[in-house]
Amino acid sequence: MAQSATVRSGAPRRRMNPMLSYILRRLVLFIPTVLIMSLLIFFIIQLPPGDYLTSYVAGLKAEGVMVDASVIARLEEQFGLDKPWYVQYLSWMWNIFTKFDFGYSFDLGKSVWPIIADKLPMTLFVSLIIMLFQYLVSIPLGIYSAVKQYSVGDYALTALGFLGMAVPNFLFAIILMYLTFIWTGTAWIGLFTKEMLQTGIHWNNLGEFLKRLLIPVLVIGTSGLCGTMRSMRAQMLDEQGRQYVLCARAKGVSERTIIWKYCLRAAINPTVSGLSGSLASIFSGSTISAIVMNLEIIGPTLYEALKAQDMYLAGTILLVMGVLIVVGTLLSDILLAWLDPRIRFSERSE
Amino acid sequence: MAQTTAAPRMTRKQRKAQKREESYYLASQWSLMARKLGKHKLARFSLVILGFLYFVALFGNFFAPSDLVSYDGASKDMPPTQVHWFTEDGEFIGPFVYGTSMTRDPETYKKVFTENKDEIYRIRFFTHGVSYKWLGLIDSDLHLFGVEEGGKLFLFGTDSMGRDLFSRIILGSQVSLTIPFAGTFLSFILGLLLGSVSGYFGGWVDNVIQRVIEVLNSLPSLPLWMALSAAIPAGIPPVQMYLLITVILSFIGWTGLARVVRGKFMSLKNEDYVMAARLAGVSDMKIIFKHLVPGFMSYLIVSLTLGIPGMIIGETSMSFLGLGIQSPATSWGVLLKDAQQIQNIANYPWRLIPLVFVVIAVLAFNFLGDGLRDAADPYK
Repeated sequence: MAQSATVRSGAPRRRMNPMLSYILRRLVLFIPTVLIMSLLIFFIIQLPPGDYLTSYVAGLKAEGVMVDASVIARLEEQFGLDKPWYVQYLSWMWNIFTKFDFGYSFDLGKSVWPIIADKLPMTLFVSLIIMLFQYLVSIPLGIYSAVKQYSVGDYALTALGFLGMAVPNFLFAIILMYLTFIWTGTAWIGLFTKEMLQTGIHWNNLGEFLKRLLIPVLVIGTSGLCGTMRSMRAQMLDEQGRQYVLCARAKGVSERTIIWKYCLRAAINPTVSGLSGSLASIFSGSTISAIVMNLEIIGPTLYEALKAQDMYLAGTILLVMGVLIVVGTLLSDILLAWLDPRIRFSERSE
Repeated sequence: MAQTTAAPRMTRKQRKAQKREESYYLASQWSLMARKLGKHKLARFSLVILGFLYFVALFGNFFAPSDLVSYDGASKDMPPTQVHWFTEDGEFIGPFVYGTSMTRDPETYKKVFTENKDEIYRIRFFTHGVSYKWLGLIDSDLHLFGVEEGGKLFLFGTDSMGRDLFSRIILGSQVSLTIPFAGTFLSFILGLLLGSVSGYFGGWVDNVIQRVIEVLNSLPSLPLWMALSAAIPAGIPPVQMYLLITVILSFIGWTGLARVVRGKFMSLKNEDYVMAARLAGVSDMKIIFKHLVPGFMSYLIVSLTLGIPGMIIGETSMSFLGLGIQSPATSWGVLLKDAQQIQNIANYPWRLIPLVFVVIAVLAFNFLGDGLRDAADPYK
């Protein structure tokens, strides 16, 4: 009796829009994820023995400069390096939340945030271009390859896809730079020419800039592109064998409608949920390729910071990358729930 | 009745066919998989290639004419030596090399190596050369081939210190090809353990493990590798270095597997046979590893195989940045470090040869994984 009463009273109550409640639930999970992440990052960053000061002092000693122990102690105290790591972590977090202060870069001698803010727009811009390139090319090619299975084009794309996944990014970069050197006489290293650094980017040198963007986009985008293409092909092939396709064909639905309206919607799911993963791999891929290609994005800064044990700079860069990827995951999951009603409903019924 | 009388009258051919059919229906899942894999041409071919690569790596010191530490100051940056079979007069005397002399181009100041047609050094097989300890156990100095005293044979050229690239590629493969295996093994254990615990018990354990996985997945792997390998103190022995790199690679690799395992557990744990086992009082661990895991082992093997290429490239990238194995120990990534500058590739293109091996190994693992995936799918 009591049970039926609750059911009756529950039924007419207006439920929240499933989409909205889903987004809210995900947003609540966002905070602990980022907190665990920051803890993990900080722990890993300070794992190397010693800290920035010890390696700095060792460097000075190697050059024959003697440093007074009291000076070192004073500096240690000033930077809080004498405290245990969890105290350092808590004060780092505290400053971030209260003052939006991400700490001080020992190596570059200034606050961490301006350094990152300087590099971040270019990093995001390059990453977005790469992502666009990756998806705009891989999805149509994957579909083509599935629809025309076992054709010459399919075999060629399959071979290219596997090759693209097998060649490490950075070597691909070197080979491409070498080829541009042979063909044009100048190696396209870096995103900007000297002139661009002085005058900024404007209409006159936009072409040159885009030309220089070509190699990074190709290099960093290729491995992801090949992966997405392969999975798109596999998914499309899976869908094509389903009963509903047979049914639609039997009813005389045109092949174009079957592919674009029915198969594609189901087949694109893994690609959408892989969006955040591809953002992560773009950050990974761009780190090492940027070092090789001398790109003015955040990767090389991170590398230098890690080498110099510049922990707040390295930690903040990793944290920013991580947060961006978590946000990306969130967006791709929301997109997925919006695209696929099955996910919305299963989440609600849980 | 009719059947029993028909049986003895069957021809040999028929009996064979029946046996084949019988073995098909009685075959275990594994032998079915092996059979399907055998039909996958590309996978079979990849398996042969990988077998060859690992065989050469296992007997690396025997196949490599030189060792890791010896160098020849007089032959720095030498291009691959050409092996000849016929003398100038067209006489066949087996494989041999000419002596070389080095001059400098007066304009570009580049090194020019010219063959000295008067000096002939034959290549001998099963010669005695640099001594080594095979697998650290057996002393030997036997090599597959070597050149007569005084001759120089560098099949893939030399590096800037005059070390034989061919030998270094073979000896480097011992690191580059085994680290992914060891790393995969570690990830396998981690992923299986944490994934099964997460999927089987559910609740807060599941929640914690899932958050950790999410966090690890949210960090770009390469910067994380960089941060972790920066934690390795400089100057530790190569063996320890090797183990630490393995740990770093698998530290991130297990998450994907754990997710797969968890998903499988979620779908299998409510099956009747699990319930029956639980009612019969079987312990949780036994249910997990005796009853559940064998049910999707083939999928695990597939995802492991497909995980190896990523690790090969990961190791290469790390060594490339100088964060991996340190010289004189070597790996393909360390060798490719020499190809970092454009000038190097322009002047000494043979420095890119290790790349060919990286690509071959990665491709072979990819194709094998593809074949395994098809073979493991019972619906195909």
